[in-house]
Amino acid sequence: MLEQIFQFLVAGITVGSIYALVGLGFALIYNASDVVNFAQGEFVMLGAMTAIALLGAGLPLALAAIAATLLTALTGLLLERCAIEPAHGASVVTTIIITIGAAIFLRGVASLLWGKNSLPLPAFSGNEPINLGGATLLPQSLWVLGGTVLLVGLTRAFLNRTLLGKALLACSFNPAAAQLVGINVKVMLRLAYGLSAGLGAIAGILAAPITFSSYEAGIMLGLKGFSAAIVGGIGNPMGAVAGGLLLGILEALGAGLISSGYKDAIAFVFVLMVLFFEPTGLFGHKVAERV
Amino acid sequence: MRLAGFFVFAVAVILLPILFPDDYFVTVVGIAAGLHVILAVGLNLLMGYAGQISLGHAAFFGMGGYASAILTTRFDWPGWLALLAGLLVAGTIAWLLARPILRLRGHYLAMATLGFGIIIHVVMVQATEWTGGPDGLGGIPPLNLLGWTVDSDQQWYWVIAAAMLLIIWLSLNIVDSRIGRALRAVRGSELAAQMIGIDTARTKTQVFVVSALFAAFAGSLFAHQQAFVSPDSFSLMISVELVTMVVLGGMASTFGAACGAIALTLLHEGLVVFEDYEMIIHGGLLMAVMIFLPQGLFVGLTQGVQRLWMLISSRRNAKACQAEVNTHAL
Amino acid sequence: MLIQRLIRIFIAIMLLAGVNGVSAAEPIKIGTFLTVTGPAAFLGDPELKTLQMVIEDLNAKGGLNGRKIELVHYDTGGNAREALNFVKRLIQKDQVDLIVGGTTSGDSLAVIPEVEKARIPLISLAGAVEIIEPVRKWVFKVAHTDRMAAAKIFEDLRKRGLNKVALITGDGGFDKSGREQVLKLAPEYGMTLVADESYGNKDTDMTTQLTKIRATDAQAIINFGFGQAPAIVTKNIKQLGINLPVYQSHGVASKTFIDLAGEAAEGVRLPAAALVVAEQLPDTDPQKPVLLAYKKEYEAKHGPVSTFGGHAYDGIMIAAEAIKRAGGTDKAKMRDEIEKTSGFIGTAGVFNMTQKDHMGLNLYAFKMVEIRDGAWKIVE
Repeated sequence: MLEQIFQFLVAGITVGSIYALVGLGFALIYNASDVVNFAQGEFVMLGAMTAIALLGAGLPLALAAIAATLLTALTGLLLERCAIEPAHGASVVTTIIITIGAAIFLRGVASLLWGKNSLPLPAFSGNEPINLGGATLLPQSLWVLGGTVLLVGLTRAFLNRTLLGKALLACSFNPAAAQLVGINVKVMLRLAYGLSAGLGAIAGILAAPITFSSYEAGIMLGLKGFSAAIVGGIGNPMGAVAGGLLLGILEALGAGLISSGYKDAIAFVFVLMVLFFEPTGLFGHKVAERV
Repeated sequence: MRLAGFFVFAVAVILLPILFPDDYFVTVVGIAAGLHVILAVGLNLLMGYAGQISLGHAAFFGMGGYASAILTTRFDWPGWLALLAGLLVAGTIAWLLARPILRLRGHYLAMATLGFGIIIHVVMVQATEWTGGPDGLGGIPPLNLLGWTVDSDQQWYWVIAAAMLLIIWLSLNIVDSRIGRALRAVRGSELAAQMIGIDTARTKTQVFVVSALFAAFAGSLFAHQQAFVSPDSFSLMISVELVTMVVLGGMASTFGAACGAIALTLLHEGLVVFEDYEMIIHGGLLMAVMIFLPQGLFVGLTQGVQRLWMLISSRRNAKACQAEVNTHAL
Repeated sequence: MLIQRLIRIFIAIMLLAGVNGVSAAEPIKIGTFLTVTGPAAFLGDPELKTLQMVIEDLNAKGGLNGRKIELVHYDTGGNAREALNFVKRLIQKDQVDLIVGGTTSGDSLAVIPEVEKARIPLISLAGAVEIIEPVRKWVFKVAHTDRMAAAKIFEDLRKRGLNKVALITGDGGFDKSGREQVLKLAPEYGMTLVADESYGNKDTDMTTQLTKIRATDAQAIINFGFGQAPAIVTKNIKQLGINLPVYQSHGVASKTFIDLAGEAAEGVRLPAAALVVAEQLPDTDPQKPVLLAYKKEYEAKHGPVSTFGGHAYDGIMIAAEAIKRAGGTDKAKMRDEIEKTSGFIGTAGVFNMTQKDHMGLNLYAFKMVEIRDGAWKIVE
């Protein structure tokens, strides 16, 4: 039994770290602009699909991955420049609908470019399962876990240690004040979109050998990433990571110990419970309303 | 005067099938649009007037639908009784959920309602013995209203049209009532609303329940009209589409929501011919409308017309003045 | 006054147009509603391509009874509500003569009442046995039922002397209805189900469910599903080091599955239409020439065949034969002729429809195949 639970945890952590990476992308954009970008899942899909396509075109894996990440980051930048920036000053709901429109648009482009089948990406270092204290996991899971730790660390260092990162944070607290102290808010916003699109792309590429990818893959990943960001307290990048891991583990334990059919419901009941008791997520800021 | 817009709309709805009898776009698409209008108008009370987002509204739609489907096919209840049961279920759940869930704000509220929608959807898929699972429940008998069986698409058009007009009329009255004014205060600033003595929690609960009731009502009609329900009619995608309708049409305007519902239904029907390009056009249009008309189609366009009118009339006035000056000068 | 004259001219034009329309041979309109986008897109996509291809061929040969065929298609995205609305659109607006379609069982089941009411023949391409059971006057189907798949798997298990099976299925319509048939048929074949697990079709990891299965005394694993989920299940089984025979359903009988699951697919067995193993059939098999011809033409245009495209071929050909025999597009006559289909050699088998059987396939048409070296092998 204990061995089983250990295997559940391994599964949960692998899936959870994918959610965490997607959630981190949500948090980054939210941090810079107070916008929840519902096209975040599509960035993940774009990264994976572009990498698969480039690999198919003959590029070596590493190069395909880097090129796909850069291309996706560029897409993110373009999205900000062409759709978010012109709608400057619009209400939160309006921007949500814009990002939903962008998600549908990107899905349409992907289905035209790469068809509607699921496509695989070869594992980075083989498919021979690794035995870990009775639980088995694929080498690719280690890539996902390692990638998550590395990216989370880098993001954290970037936001807290670098001037650019601090400037980015300043934009979310008070855009007007940030502008006054000489931060170019527009450029910061583009940076945030580019970064989180690139982050999403890396998540997609790391996960694709396990999860495959298709033009629709972004819907589910976006949903789970959003949940992760919210449970952790939106705007807190580390909260999003914790939220993602928590969600993944909950799903695995729910499926393993209670009912595999109802596992999504179990996970969301938990999310609701968290919100009922902590209305701003587990690690969110408490903000008082000003009148 | 207050209901002038309502009467214009009602006349248009009544004239359509008379001008275009037996037209697919009036009856079949019209029915779909009518149901969407009921859903969007209800959601708009919550979103547009109370400022509370819901990404799980399809769940209430589904409760109405499944209540009617299950009770009429498995327990042989008459349609109207099943409809009332659906309203009761949806209303009760909304009421129980309202207080804890409406304490949340912004994206947290979006998350909670979204989660709620997913939980209900999972139940629809997994509770196969009751709901028929992912393939759904068929064989729902036609609705029987006081001995009149609603069966053909034409008959359904009239039933849905009547239901839709009733909901719009109710909604217009709610907006103009004391509750409506309280709602707008809540939307402006909840804290400020509390200061002037509005029980904000109660007001929000009331409007949440009302909008859930509207959705369940639409769900029951939908179940009978389709003679079939399945979980994908009540999925997260539908919830998102409903929110899109409200925002696309223009929030805080009953006719705006109705306009958005009709526009999105027609858009979908019109884009089918583009096949593989449908998604690109759909997504592109959505972005374009929101960028250029951030207040929505209805509000944006009516304001545009007003401004144009003012521009024309001011020009005309200016010209008239000029002419007068000229004659005087002469 | 002017308006009255305009109206008169308009009516005159309309009448002329109407007369012209009747004098020229009107095309035969065949309607279809398929899942070309959404989770079941890879089923609907080859179906649509096949329909277009076959109709192009028929038209190149002069059409049917001297009339060209026109295909009217709508994409349901796998949403039953869309399916119903589009079928209404086909019937009322496009006024099609006959409908071939319904990629998924959910789509097909949703439109049955409307089709019966409108009295128009429907040939469904979906699997669920409920589509033709009970028999509906106007509804036919050409794909193997999920019950046949379950029966075929149980037959194979019995041959191997295995009787304790673990079942794992997704949350889609195909999965659930397959699961139901497995549960129903198990006692008949003396099988005991030791696990009945479920997953979401968009899930990316099923090791949890499989870990539970590993802890049981199952002798074989059956997975009912389509799309990428069964490929993930297959990979996860390998990852967990579970050394049990794995049975998939006919839902994965396409090259995509082998591509996705990679080496983990080795040794997986599944019941499939003969199309995927056409070359391996003995030359005496009456199906062989039909299969090879379809396969050759499809692969020249669109890449690897799948059995789903084959269902569309069977559907449209049965319809075409029936229209020829009926000598026109009278709906009742077409229906009668479809019901009289006998000895028709399609990709799914030899069809012999009767008043009581609106599918007309037997288990023979299903082959048990195993994946070896990344290719299908018949194992009977």
